[in-house]
Amino acid sequence: MSIQHQVSDELLLDYATGVLSEGWRIAIATHLALSPQSRRRLAVMEMAGGALVHDLASEPSLLDEDRSWMTLRKRLESPGAQGVTPPPSRPIPGSVLSVVLPDPLRSYVGGDVDSLKWRPLGRGAYHLPIAVGDPSTMVRLLRIPAGKPVPEHGHRGRELTLVLSGSFHDGDALFARGDLEEADETLQHQPVATEGEDCICLAVTDAPLKFRSWLVRAVQPILGI
Amino acid sequence: ISRPEPKDDVGRMIVRVGMSGDMEAFEQIFRAYAPRVRAFMMQRVRDPQISEELMQETMVMIWRKAAQFDPVKGSPGAWIFTIARNLRIDSYRRSRQPDFDPNDPAFVPDTGRSADDAVEAHDEEQRLHTALTGLPPEQHDLLKLAFFEEVSHSEIAERLGLPLGTVKSRIRLAFSKLRAALGDRP
Ligand SMILES: [Zn+2]
Ligand SMILES: [Zn+2]
Repeated sequence: MSIQHQVSDELLLDYATGVLSEGWRIAIATHLALSPQSRRRLAVMEMAGGALVHDLASEPSLLDEDRSWMTLRKRLESPGAQGVTPPPSRPIPGSVLSVVLPDPLRSYVGGDVDSLKWRPLGRGAYHLPIAVGDPSTMVRLLRIPAGKPVPEHGHRGRELTLVLSGSFHDGDALFARGDLEEADETLQHQPVATEGEDCICLAVTDAPLKFRSWLVRAVQPILGI
Repeated sequence: ISRPEPKDDVGRMIVRVGMSGDMEAFEQIFRAYAPRVRAFMMQRVRDPQISEELMQETMVMIWRKAAQFDPVKGSPGAWIFTIARNLRIDSYRRSRQPDFDPNDPAFVPDTGRSADDAVEAHDEEQRLHTALTGLPPEQHDLLKLAFFEEVSHSEIAERLGLPLGTVKSRIRLAFSKLRAALGDRP
């Protein structure tokens, strides 16, 4: 599998430095689980972090380095200390092809796709809000029926959409499993699920969408989208 | 300022710690990295005592996790950085930091890398270091701000009074150069 739409450098950098809040992190981490190319780009960023730390000039320490080492050594050799943890036994990853939701997403929703309690959004679409400890974002799964569009909308903030199953078109671009779409205030779009299979996506936003249709706008507060 | 360089490749020493709890190898890692990790903590924490404690925690974690370090998959500098970064974040942020799990059944493994890459890992770290040093100052400074003070790319734009687009393109330029130095697709 080759991921066509990878996370942008600026968002991946926010992930690598650790500033990204929990809601966004779920989307990026799940994308990373599905994209070896993006993980390699993350590895390069973490190597850059390592090189910067390597070059760091420290202020003269008040603590004697030997004393610091003795403190640490005593701690590691004390009777109750935890030793070197043996490596975990590794199952062969990618062996269970039937698992649709990778971690960390699967842990958040409490199971794989077949166990989800979808809530109807109308016109055959469903959603499932995901509880996260990050009040700045809204995280949910969306299921768009095959061949059907998401109502046309713009954005008041950032929107991340990660495809988990099926695919959708947005203009000329096709987004399939593992692909990530980043949208911001400048983008007005209407994603359309590809014929033949429902499209399941993870959507993360930090502001309500701006729907073009008055009808959708009217039901927006009721649906909580 | 010159820092003590370990006598041996750090990656090999982490492996030695992981295999046999080799205290001599671990001391070398400590001598080389303790001042650096402490300085990294100071960048954000600004308290020598807390920085010392976080450095000690980082070293304990390096000791405990040494057997999980895979020289095929990554550079030791990056590995130590991620451990220090996670501990620094945990020290003041309560929220969860979800991450991917390489042992997850839905995880898509990288079939492109093999055991031969382990030989390259050390060389790769050096090539990246050279490329990083060669970045234009405005790109280098931006990365320092991001990694040391933990500032998001949009906050960097605000702080430096730059358009968001400028910050994004500096980030993209910087990493395309670093990737090119490693022979990756820029
Ligand atoms: Zn250097
Ligand atoms: Zn959108």
